[in-house]
Amino acid sequence: MRHLLSTKDLSRDEAVAILDIAEDMADVATREVKKLPALRGKTVVNLFFEDSTRTRISFEAAAKRLSADVINFSAKGSSVSKGESLKDTAQTLAAIGADAVVIRHHASGAPNVLAQSGWIDAGIVNAGDGTHEHPTQALLDAFTIRRRLHGSAARGKALDGVRVTIVGDILHSRVARSNVWLLTTLGAEAHLVAPATLVPLGIEGWPVSIGYDLDEAIAAQPDVIMMLRIQSERMHAAFFPTAREYSRQWGLDDERLAKLPGGSLVMHPGPMNRGLEISANAADSPQSTVLEQVANGVSIRMAVLYLLLAGGAS
Amino acid sequence: MTARIVLQQADITRALTRISHEILESNRGSTGLVLLGIPTRGVILAHRLGAILDGIEPGAVSLGSLDVTMYRDDLAKNPTRAPSPTSIPSGGIDGKTIVLVDDVLFSGRTIRAALNAINDLGRPRAVRLAALVDRGHRELPIRADFVGKNLPSSLSERINVHLEEIDGIDEVTIEGAE
Repeated sequence: MRHLLSTKDLSRDEAVAILDIAEDMADVATREVKKLPALRGKTVVNLFFEDSTRTRISFEAAAKRLSADVINFSAKGSSVSKGESLKDTAQTLAAIGADAVVIRHHASGAPNVLAQSGWIDAGIVNAGDGTHEHPTQALLDAFTIRRRLHGSAARGKALDGVRVTIVGDILHSRVARSNVWLLTTLGAEAHLVAPATLVPLGIEGWPVSIGYDLDEAIAAQPDVIMMLRIQSERMHAAFFPTAREYSRQWGLDDERLAKLPGGSLVMHPGPMNRGLEISANAADSPQSTVLEQVANGVSIRMAVLYLLLAGGAS
Repeated sequence: MTARIVLQQADITRALTRISHEILESNRGSTGLVLLGIPTRGVILAHRLGAILDGIEPGAVSLGSLDVTMYRDDLAKNPTRAPSPTSIPSGGIDGKTIVLVDDVLFSGRTIRAALNAINDLGRPRAVRLAALVDRGHRELPIRADFVGKNLPSSLSERINVHLEEIDGIDEVTIEGAE
Protein backbone atom coordinates (compact mmCIF):
# COMPACT_ATOMS: atom_id res chain seq x y z
CA MET A 1 0.00 0.00 0.00
CA ARG A 2 1.47 3.34 -1.03
CA HIS A 3 -1.10 5.79 0.40
CA LEU A 4 -4.42 5.56 2.26
CA LEU A 5 -6.62 8.31 0.85
CA SER A 6 -10.09 6.81 0.63
CA THR A 7 -11.91 3.64 1.65
CA LYS A 8 -13.17 3.52 -1.94
CA ASP A 9 -9.68 2.42 -3.02
CA LEU A 10 -9.73 -0.66 -0.76
CA SER A 11 -10.72 -4.06 -2.09
CA ARG A 12 -12.50 -6.48 0.23
CA ASP A 13 -9.36 -8.57 0.70
CA GLU A 14 -7.23 -5.52 1.44
CA ALA A 15 -9.74 -4.25 3.99
CA VAL A 16 -9.96 -7.62 5.76
CA ALA A 17 -6.14 -7.82 5.75
CA ILE A 18 -5.90 -4.43 7.48
CA LEU A 19 -8.42 -5.54 10.12
CA ASP A 20 -6.48 -8.79 10.67
CA ILE A 21 -3.18 -6.99 11.11
CA ALA A 22 -4.93 -4.65 13.55
CA GLU A 23 -5.87 -7.74 15.61
CA ASP A 24 -2.17 -8.53 15.99
CA MET A 25 -1.45 -4.91 16.84
CA ALA A 26 -4.17 -4.95 19.49
CA ASP A 27 -2.36 -7.82 21.23
CA VAL A 28 0.65 -5.55 21.70
CA ALA A 29 -1.41 -3.22 23.90
CA THR A 30 -1.89 -6.05 26.41
CA ARG A 31 1.83 -6.73 26.77
CA GLU A 32 4.30 -5.46 29.30
CA VAL A 33 6.43 -3.69 26.68
CA LYS A 34 3.90 -1.99 24.40
CA LYS A 35 6.32 -1.43 21.57
CA LEU A 36 7.39 -3.13 18.36
CA PRO A 37 10.61 -2.27 16.51
CA ALA A 38 9.08 -2.54 13.01
CA LEU A 39 9.34 1.16 12.03
CA ARG A 40 12.61 2.05 13.74
CA GLY A 41 14.30 4.93 11.96
CA LYS A 42 11.17 6.02 10.06
CA THR A 43 9.73 9.49 10.52
CA VAL A 44 5.98 10.11 10.63
CA VAL A 45 4.71 13.69 10.43
CA ASN A 46 1.28 14.52 11.80
CA LEU A 47 0.23 17.46 9.64
CA PHE A 48 -2.95 18.87 11.19
CA PHE A 49 -4.58 21.92 9.63
CA GLU A 50 -7.73 21.33 11.65
CA ASP A 51 -8.31 20.75 15.36
CA SER A 52 -8.33 17.18 16.58
CA THR A 53 -7.86 15.38 19.87
CA ARG A 54 -8.32 11.68 19.40
CA THR A 55 -7.16 11.27 15.81
CA ARG A 56 -3.87 13.06 16.37
CA ILE A 57 -3.15 11.38 19.70
CA SER A 58 -4.14 8.05 18.21
CA PHE A 59 -1.79 8.40 15.23
CA GLU A 60 0.97 9.57 17.55
CA ALA A 61 0.50 6.58 19.87
CA ALA A 62 0.34 4.22 16.88
CA ALA A 63 3.57 5.53 15.35
CA LYS A 64 5.38 5.47 18.69
CA ARG A 65 4.28 1.89 19.44
CA LEU A 66 5.93 0.91 16.17
CA SER A 67 9.10 2.80 17.19
CA ALA A 68 8.81 5.49 14.50
CA ASP A 69 9.84 9.07 15.23
CA VAL A 70 6.89 11.44 15.32
CA ILE A 71 6.80 15.12 14.42
CA ASN A 72 3.59 16.92 15.28
CA PHE A 73 2.63 19.90 13.24
CA SER A 74 -0.48 21.95 13.76
CA ALA A 75 -1.34 24.88 11.55
CA LYS A 76 -1.91 27.13 14.53
CA GLY A 77 1.39 28.64 15.58
CA SER A 78 3.20 27.56 12.40
CA SER A 79 4.21 29.43 9.25
CA VAL A 80 0.83 28.50 7.76
CA SER A 81 -0.63 31.40 9.72
CA LYS A 82 1.95 33.58 7.91
CA GLY A 83 0.47 32.43 4.60
CA GLU A 84 2.69 29.50 3.67
CA SER A 85 1.14 27.33 0.95
CA LEU A 86 0.52 23.57 1.17
CA LYS A 87 3.22 23.11 -1.47
CA ASP A 88 5.89 24.89 0.54
CA THR A 89 4.88 23.08 3.72
CA ALA A 90 5.05 19.73 1.90
CA GLN A 91 8.45 20.50 0.43
CA THR A 92 9.74 21.50 3.85
CA LEU A 93 8.59 18.15 5.24
CA ALA A 94 10.26 16.37 2.31
CA ALA A 95 13.51 18.19 3.07
CA ILE A 96 13.28 17.11 6.71
CA GLY A 97 12.99 13.50 5.49
CA ALA A 98 9.44 12.47 6.37
CA ASP A 99 8.61 8.86 5.42
CA ALA A 100 4.88 9.25 5.98
CA VAL A 101 2.59 12.25 6.32
CA VAL A 102 -0.67 11.97 8.21
CA ILE A 103 -2.73 14.89 7.04
CA ARG A 104 -5.96 16.45 8.25
CA HIS A 105 -7.14 19.41 6.23
CA HIS A 106 -10.32 21.50 6.02
CA ALA A 107 -10.27 21.27 2.21
CA SER A 108 -11.69 18.09 0.67
CA GLY A 109 -9.04 16.49 -1.53
CA ALA A 110 -5.96 18.03 0.11
CA PRO A 111 -4.43 14.58 0.82
CA ASN A 112 -4.96 13.56 -2.84
CA VAL A 113 -3.17 16.73 -3.95
CA LEU A 114 -0.27 15.88 -1.67
CA ALA A 115 -0.15 12.29 -2.92
CA GLN A 116 -0.22 13.20 -6.63
CA SER A 117 1.72 16.44 -6.73
CA GLY A 118 5.25 15.06 -6.53
CA TRP A 119 6.11 17.69 -3.92
CA ILE A 120 6.93 15.00 -1.44
CA ASP A 121 7.83 11.32 -1.83
CA ALA A 122 6.21 10.04 1.36
CA GLY A 123 3.26 7.79 2.07
CA ILE A 124 0.17 9.90 2.66
CA VAL A 125 -2.54 8.95 5.15
CA ASN A 126 -5.80 10.85 5.03
CA ALA A 127 -6.81 11.69 8.61
CA GLY A 128 -9.90 13.60 7.54
CA ASP A 129 -10.25 16.07 4.68
CA GLY A 130 -13.15 18.53 4.69
CA THR A 131 -16.40 16.73 4.07
CA HIS A 132 -14.74 14.08 1.90
CA GLU A 133 -13.29 11.07 3.77
CA HIS A 134 -11.83 9.79 7.03
CA PRO A 135 -10.69 6.28 6.13
CA THR A 136 -9.02 5.23 9.39
CA GLN A 137 -12.20 6.09 11.30
CA ALA A 138 -14.24 3.82 9.04
CA LEU A 139 -11.65 1.04 9.44
CA LEU A 140 -11.71 1.30 13.22
CA ASP A 141 -15.52 1.29 13.20
CA ALA A 142 -15.53 -1.87 11.10
CA PHE A 143 -12.90 -3.37 13.40
CA THR A 144 -15.01 -2.51 16.48
CA ILE A 145 -18.15 -4.06 14.95
CA ARG A 146 -16.26 -7.19 13.92
CA ARG A 147 -14.70 -7.63 17.36
CA ARG A 148 -18.05 -7.23 19.16
CA LEU A 149 -19.76 -9.67 16.81
CA HIS A 150 -17.09 -12.36 16.56
CA GLY A 151 -14.78 -11.85 19.56
CA SER A 152 -11.52 -13.76 19.33
CA ALA A 153 -12.69 -15.62 16.20
CA ALA A 154 -12.84 -12.39 14.19
CA ARG A 155 -9.75 -12.97 12.02
CA GLY A 156 -10.42 -13.33 8.32
CA LYS A 157 -14.08 -12.38 8.59
CA ALA A 158 -15.88 -9.50 6.85
CA LEU A 159 -19.19 -7.92 7.88
CA ASP A 160 -21.58 -9.78 5.58
CA GLY A 161 -25.24 -9.10 6.32
CA VAL A 162 -24.62 -6.71 9.23
CA ARG A 163 -27.21 -3.90 9.16
CA VAL A 164 -25.77 -0.52 10.10
CA THR A 165 -27.90 2.59 10.53
CA ILE A 166 -26.03 5.89 10.36
CA VAL A 167 -27.91 8.84 11.85
CA GLY A 168 -27.44 12.59 11.66
CA ASP A 169 -25.39 15.12 9.77
CA ILE A 170 -24.65 13.07 6.64
CA LEU A 171 -24.13 16.23 4.57
CA HIS A 172 -20.99 17.36 6.41
CA SER A 173 -19.79 13.96 7.57
CA ARG A 174 -16.60 12.47 6.13
CA VAL A 175 -17.02 9.66 8.65
CA ALA A 176 -20.36 8.70 7.06
CA ARG A 177 -18.87 8.71 3.56
CA SER A 178 -15.86 6.56 4.44
CA ASN A 179 -18.12 4.20 6.39
CA VAL A 180 -20.62 3.81 3.56
CA TRP A 181 -17.92 2.76 1.08
CA LEU A 182 -16.13 0.45 3.50
CA LEU A 183 -19.26 -1.18 4.94
CA THR A 184 -20.49 -1.89 1.41
CA THR A 185 -17.11 -3.36 0.43
CA LEU A 186 -17.24 -5.61 3.50
CA GLY A 187 -20.75 -6.82 2.68
CA ALA A 188 -22.71 -4.88 5.31
CA GLU A 189 -25.91 -2.94 4.55
CA ALA A 190 -25.86 0.78 5.31
CA HIS A 191 -29.05 2.70 6.05
CA LEU A 192 -28.92 6.48 6.49
CA VAL A 193 -31.30 8.53 8.61
CA ALA A 194 -31.18 12.32 8.59
CA PRO A 195 -33.25 15.48 8.31
CA ALA A 196 -33.86 16.12 4.61
CA THR A 197 -31.73 19.29 4.85
CA LEU A 198 -28.69 17.26 5.96
CA VAL A 199 -28.81 14.72 3.12
CA PRO A 200 -26.22 15.50 0.43
CA LEU A 201 -27.09 16.00 -3.24
CA GLY A 202 -26.36 12.99 -5.41
CA ILE A 203 -27.06 10.49 -2.65
CA GLU A 204 -29.05 8.41 -5.17
CA GLY A 205 -25.69 7.15 -6.41
CA TRP A 206 -24.64 5.83 -2.99
CA PRO A 207 -25.08 2.12 -2.20
CA VAL A 208 -27.46 2.88 0.70
CA SER A 209 -31.12 3.17 1.65
CA ILE A 210 -32.34 6.47 3.09
CA GLY A 211 -34.96 7.29 5.70
CA TYR A 212 -36.01 10.42 7.51
CA ASP A 213 -37.57 8.93 10.66
CA LEU A 214 -35.34 7.60 13.43
CA ASP A 215 -38.16 5.74 15.23
CA GLU A 216 -38.90 3.79 12.06
CA ALA A 217 -35.22 2.93 11.69
CA ILE A 218 -35.03 1.72 15.30
CA ALA A 219 -38.20 -0.35 14.86
CA ALA A 220 -36.38 -2.16 12.03
CA GLN A 221 -33.92 -3.44 14.70
CA PRO A 222 -30.51 -2.58 13.22
CA ASP A 223 -27.41 -4.47 14.40
CA VAL A 224 -25.50 -1.22 14.75
CA ILE A 225 -26.62 2.37 15.17
CA MET A 226 -23.99 5.00 14.50
CA MET A 227 -24.73 8.54 15.69
CA LEU A 228 -22.89 11.36 13.93
CA ARG A 229 -21.83 14.62 15.51
CA ILE A 230 -23.71 17.78 14.62
CA GLN A 231 -20.85 19.78 13.09
CA SER A 232 -21.80 23.32 14.04
CA GLU A 233 -18.41 24.61 12.82
CA ARG A 234 -19.34 23.62 9.25
CA MET A 235 -22.97 24.76 9.42
CA HIS A 236 -23.30 28.14 7.83
CA ALA A 237 -27.04 27.91 7.21
CA ALA A 238 -30.13 26.93 9.17
CA PHE A 239 -30.42 23.17 8.60
CA PHE A 240 -32.88 22.58 11.43
CA PRO A 241 -34.92 25.01 13.59
CA THR A 242 -33.35 24.47 17.01
CA ALA A 243 -31.01 22.07 18.74
CA ARG A 244 -33.84 20.89 20.95
CA GLU A 245 -35.99 20.02 17.97
CA TYR A 246 -33.13 18.13 16.34
CA SER A 247 -32.54 16.22 19.54
CA ARG A 248 -36.22 15.30 19.85
CA GLN A 249 -36.48 14.03 16.25
CA TRP A 250 -33.04 12.60 15.48
CA GLY A 251 -31.24 12.25 18.82
CA LEU A 252 -30.68 8.86 20.49
CA ASP A 253 -32.44 9.60 23.79
CA ASP A 254 -33.24 7.21 26.66
CA GLU A 255 -36.61 6.24 25.25
CA ARG A 256 -35.15 5.26 21.86
CA LEU A 257 -32.25 3.47 23.56
CA ALA A 258 -34.79 1.29 25.42
CA LYS A 259 -36.43 0.34 22.11
CA LEU A 260 -33.15 -0.82 20.54
CA PRO A 261 -32.58 -4.59 20.59
CA GLY A 262 -30.29 -5.59 23.49
CA GLY A 263 -27.50 -6.80 21.21
CA SER A 264 -27.30 -3.69 19.02
CA LEU A 265 -24.20 -1.58 19.20
CA VAL A 266 -24.32 2.17 19.78
CA MET A 267 -21.40 3.90 18.07
CA HIS A 268 -20.21 7.50 17.90
CA PRO A 269 -16.98 8.71 16.26
CA GLY A 270 -16.53 11.46 18.88
CA PRO A 271 -16.38 14.13 20.07
CA MET A 272 -19.93 13.72 21.36
CA ASN A 273 -22.43 16.48 21.95
CA ARG A 274 -24.11 14.82 24.92
CA GLY A 275 -27.78 15.72 25.08
CA LEU A 276 -27.89 16.71 21.40
CA GLU A 277 -27.36 13.73 19.10
CA ILE A 278 -26.84 11.21 21.91
CA SER A 279 -28.03 11.13 25.53
CA ALA A 280 -25.59 10.56 28.40
CA ASN A 281 -27.26 7.23 29.21
CA ALA A 282 -26.90 6.02 25.64
CA ALA A 283 -23.26 7.12 25.49
CA ASP A 284 -22.41 5.33 28.75
CA SER A 285 -24.56 2.22 28.25
CA PRO A 286 -22.96 -1.24 27.90
CA GLN A 287 -24.10 -1.20 24.26
CA SER A 288 -21.98 1.87 23.59
CA THR A 289 -18.59 1.24 21.95
CA VAL A 290 -17.33 4.82 22.14
CA LEU A 291 -14.23 4.08 24.23
CA GLU A 292 -13.53 0.81 22.44
CA GLN A 293 -13.53 2.78 19.21
CA VAL A 294 -10.79 5.02 20.60
CA ALA A 295 -8.69 2.07 21.79
CA ASN A 296 -9.20 0.22 18.50
CA GLY A 297 -8.21 3.38 16.63
CA VAL A 298 -4.61 2.94 17.79
CA SER A 299 -4.51 -0.68 16.55
CA ILE A 300 -5.97 0.25 13.16
CA ARG A 301 -3.54 3.13 12.70
CA MET A 302 -0.63 0.89 13.65
CA ALA A 303 -1.76 -1.56 10.97
CA VAL A 304 -2.04 1.22 8.37
CA LEU A 305 1.35 2.75 9.19
CA TYR A 306 2.90 -0.72 9.18
CA LEU A 307 1.50 -1.47 5.72
CA LEU A 308 2.58 1.91 4.38
CA LEU A 309 6.08 2.00 5.81
CA ALA A 310 7.47 -1.41 6.75
CA GLY A 311 7.97 -3.03 3.36
CA GLY A 312 10.63 -2.14 0.83
CA ALA A 313 10.49 -2.24 -2.96
CA SER A 314 8.78 -5.38 -4.19
CA MET B 1 14.90 -28.61 -10.78
CA THR B 2 14.63 -31.97 -9.05
CA ALA B 3 13.27 -32.51 -5.58
CA ARG B 4 14.71 -35.34 -3.51
CA ILE B 5 12.89 -36.59 -0.42
CA VAL B 6 15.15 -36.63 2.63
CA LEU B 7 12.63 -37.25 5.40
CA GLN B 8 9.34 -39.09 5.16
CA GLN B 9 6.44 -39.15 7.58
CA ALA B 10 7.88 -41.91 9.77
CA ASP B 11 11.29 -40.17 9.89
CA ILE B 12 9.68 -36.90 10.97
CA THR B 13 7.67 -38.62 13.71
CA ARG B 14 10.76 -40.46 14.95
CA ALA B 15 12.79 -37.25 14.99
CA LEU B 16 10.09 -35.40 16.95
CA THR B 17 9.80 -38.26 19.44
CA ARG B 18 13.54 -38.22 20.01
CA ILE B 19 13.56 -34.44 20.40
CA SER B 20 10.75 -34.72 22.97
CA HIS B 21 12.81 -37.12 25.07
CA GLU B 22 15.87 -34.90 24.74
CA ILE B 23 13.88 -31.88 25.90
CA LEU B 24 12.65 -33.78 28.95
CA GLU B 25 16.13 -35.10 29.67
CA SER B 26 17.82 -31.71 29.51
CA ASN B 27 15.01 -30.03 31.46
CA ARG B 28 14.85 -32.89 34.01
CA GLY B 29 11.11 -33.32 33.50
CA SER B 30 8.46 -31.13 32.03
CA THR B 31 8.07 -28.55 34.81
CA GLY B 32 8.11 -24.96 33.62
CA LEU B 33 8.37 -25.89 29.95
CA VAL B 34 6.83 -23.55 27.38
CA LEU B 35 6.96 -24.54 23.70
CA LEU B 36 6.75 -21.54 21.39
CA GLY B 37 6.36 -22.29 17.70
CA ILE B 38 7.46 -19.78 15.08
CA PRO B 39 4.73 -19.38 12.39
CA THR B 40 3.75 -21.03 10.28
CA ARG B 41 5.20 -24.55 10.37
CA GLY B 42 7.00 -24.09 13.65
CA VAL B 43 3.62 -23.74 15.36
CA ILE B 44 2.46 -27.08 13.97
CA LEU B 45 5.70 -28.76 15.02
CA ALA B 46 5.34 -27.25 18.51
CA HIS B 47 1.85 -28.72 18.78
CA ARG B 48 3.10 -32.14 17.70
CA LEU B 49 5.96 -32.00 20.21
CA GLY B 50 3.44 -30.90 22.85
CA ALA B 51 1.24 -33.90 22.11
CA ILE B 52 4.20 -36.30 22.34
CA LEU B 53 5.43 -34.71 25.59
CA ASP B 54 1.94 -34.96 27.00
CA GLY B 55 1.97 -38.67 26.27
CA ILE B 56 5.24 -39.15 28.17
CA GLU B 57 4.59 -36.80 31.09
CA PRO B 58 0.97 -35.66 31.09
CA GLY B 59 0.02 -32.13 31.97
CA ALA B 60 2.84 -29.73 32.51
CA VAL B 61 3.76 -28.42 29.03
CA SER B 62 2.18 -25.21 27.75
CA LEU B 63 2.07 -24.24 24.09
CA GLY B 64 2.10 -20.94 22.26
CA SER B 65 3.16 -19.24 19.08
CA LEU B 66 5.59 -16.39 18.62
CA ASP B 67 5.41 -14.18 15.54
CA VAL B 68 8.71 -12.51 14.73
CA THR B 69 7.69 -10.43 11.68
CA MET B 70 7.96 -7.09 13.48
CA TYR B 71 11.45 -7.95 14.71
CA ARG B 72 12.99 -9.05 11.41
CA ASP B 73 16.07 -7.20 10.18
CA ASP B 74 15.01 -7.54 6.53
CA LEU B 75 11.57 -5.88 6.84
CA ALA B 76 12.57 -2.91 4.72
CA LYS B 77 14.24 -5.09 2.07
CA ASN B 78 11.16 -7.14 1.20
CA PRO B 79 7.54 -6.42 0.28
CA THR B 80 5.34 -5.93 3.32
CA ARG B 81 4.68 -9.19 5.17
CA ALA B 82 1.45 -9.77 7.01
CA PRO B 83 2.17 -10.72 10.61
CA SER B 84 0.74 -13.87 12.22
CA PRO B 85 -0.85 -14.06 15.65
CA THR B 86 1.34 -14.39 18.73
CA SER B 87 -0.20 -16.31 21.58
CA ILE B 88 1.51 -16.67 24.92
CA PRO B 89 0.18 -19.24 27.44
CA SER B 90 -1.82 -17.66 30.25
CA GLY B 91 0.93 -18.37 32.79
CA GLY B 92 3.28 -16.00 30.94
CA ILE B 93 6.94 -16.76 30.30
CA ASP B 94 8.64 -15.23 33.34
CA GLY B 95 10.88 -17.81 34.99
CA LYS B 96 9.91 -20.51 32.49
CA THR B 97 12.10 -22.54 30.16
CA ILE B 98 11.15 -21.67 26.60
CA VAL B 99 11.79 -24.04 23.75
CA LEU B 100 11.57 -22.20 20.44
CA VAL B 101 10.42 -24.50 17.65
CA ASP B 102 11.07 -23.85 13.96
CA ASP B 103 11.07 -26.01 10.86
CA VAL B 104 14.38 -25.05 9.25
CA LEU B 105 17.39 -23.44 10.91
CA PHE B 106 19.34 -21.52 8.28
CA SER B 107 20.97 -18.09 8.69
CA GLY B 108 19.86 -17.78 12.33
CA ARG B 109 18.24 -14.39 11.69
CA THR B 110 14.72 -15.59 12.47
CA ILE B 111 15.94 -16.89 15.81
CA ARG B 112 17.69 -13.58 16.50
CA ALA B 113 14.35 -11.85 15.86
CA ALA B 114 12.58 -14.36 18.11
CA LEU B 115 15.02 -13.68 20.96
CA ASN B 116 14.30 -9.96 20.66
CA ALA B 117 10.56 -10.62 20.64
CA ILE B 118 10.87 -12.74 23.80
CA ASN B 119 12.75 -9.88 25.41
CA ASP B 120 9.65 -7.68 25.06
CA LEU B 121 7.36 -10.34 26.52
CA GLY B 122 9.12 -11.15 29.75
CA ARG B 123 12.18 -12.79 31.29
CA PRO B 124 12.31 -16.57 30.88
CA ARG B 125 14.74 -18.66 32.94
CA ALA B 126 16.26 -20.08 29.78
CA VAL B 127 15.60 -20.20 26.04
CA ARG B 128 16.34 -23.36 24.02
CA LEU B 129 15.98 -23.99 20.32
CA ALA B 130 14.52 -27.02 18.53
CA ALA B 131 14.60 -27.29 14.73
CA LEU B 132 13.40 -30.10 12.50
CA VAL B 133 16.17 -29.46 9.98
CA ASP B 134 19.50 -27.70 10.41
CA ARG B 135 20.86 -26.85 6.97
CA GLY B 136 23.90 -24.84 8.06
CA HIS B 137 25.08 -21.49 6.60
CA ARG B 138 24.70 -19.59 9.86
CA GLU B 139 25.21 -15.82 9.67
CA LEU B 140 24.94 -15.27 13.41
CA PRO B 141 26.41 -17.04 16.46
CA ILE B 142 23.31 -19.19 17.06
CA ARG B 143 23.00 -22.96 17.33
CA ALA B 144 20.14 -25.37 17.98
CA ASP B 145 19.87 -27.43 21.18
CA PHE B 146 17.64 -30.08 19.57
CA VAL B 147 17.92 -30.99 15.90
CA GLY B 148 15.77 -33.44 13.93
CA LYS B 149 18.23 -33.85 11.09
CA ASN B 150 21.44 -32.12 10.07
CA LEU B 151 21.23 -31.53 6.36
CA PRO B 152 24.43 -30.12 4.87
CA SER B 153 23.31 -28.17 1.81
CA SER B 154 24.65 -25.74 -0.72
CA LEU B 155 23.30 -22.19 -0.83
CA SER B 156 21.76 -22.79 -4.25
CA GLU B 157 19.62 -25.63 -2.91
CA ARG B 158 16.16 -25.23 -1.41
CA ILE B 159 14.88 -27.16 1.60
CA ASN B 160 11.09 -27.61 1.68
CA VAL B 161 9.32 -28.80 4.79
CA HIS B 162 5.79 -30.02 4.09
CA LEU B 163 3.47 -30.83 6.96
CA GLU B 164 0.16 -32.61 6.70
CA GLU B 165 -1.87 -29.90 8.45
CA ILE B 166 -1.00 -27.32 5.75
CA ASP B 167 0.43 -29.17 2.78
CA GLY B 168 -1.48 -32.46 2.99
CA ILE B 169 1.70 -34.55 3.28
CA ASP B 170 4.53 -35.02 5.75
CA GLU B 171 7.92 -34.78 4.04
CA VAL B 172 11.14 -32.83 3.78
CA THR B 173 12.60 -32.39 0.32
CA ILE B 174 15.75 -30.85 -1.04
CA GLU B 175 15.63 -29.11 -4.40
CA GLY B 176 18.86 -28.76 -6.29
CA ALA B 177 19.74 -26.27 -8.97
CA GLU B 178 21.67 -28.69 -11.12
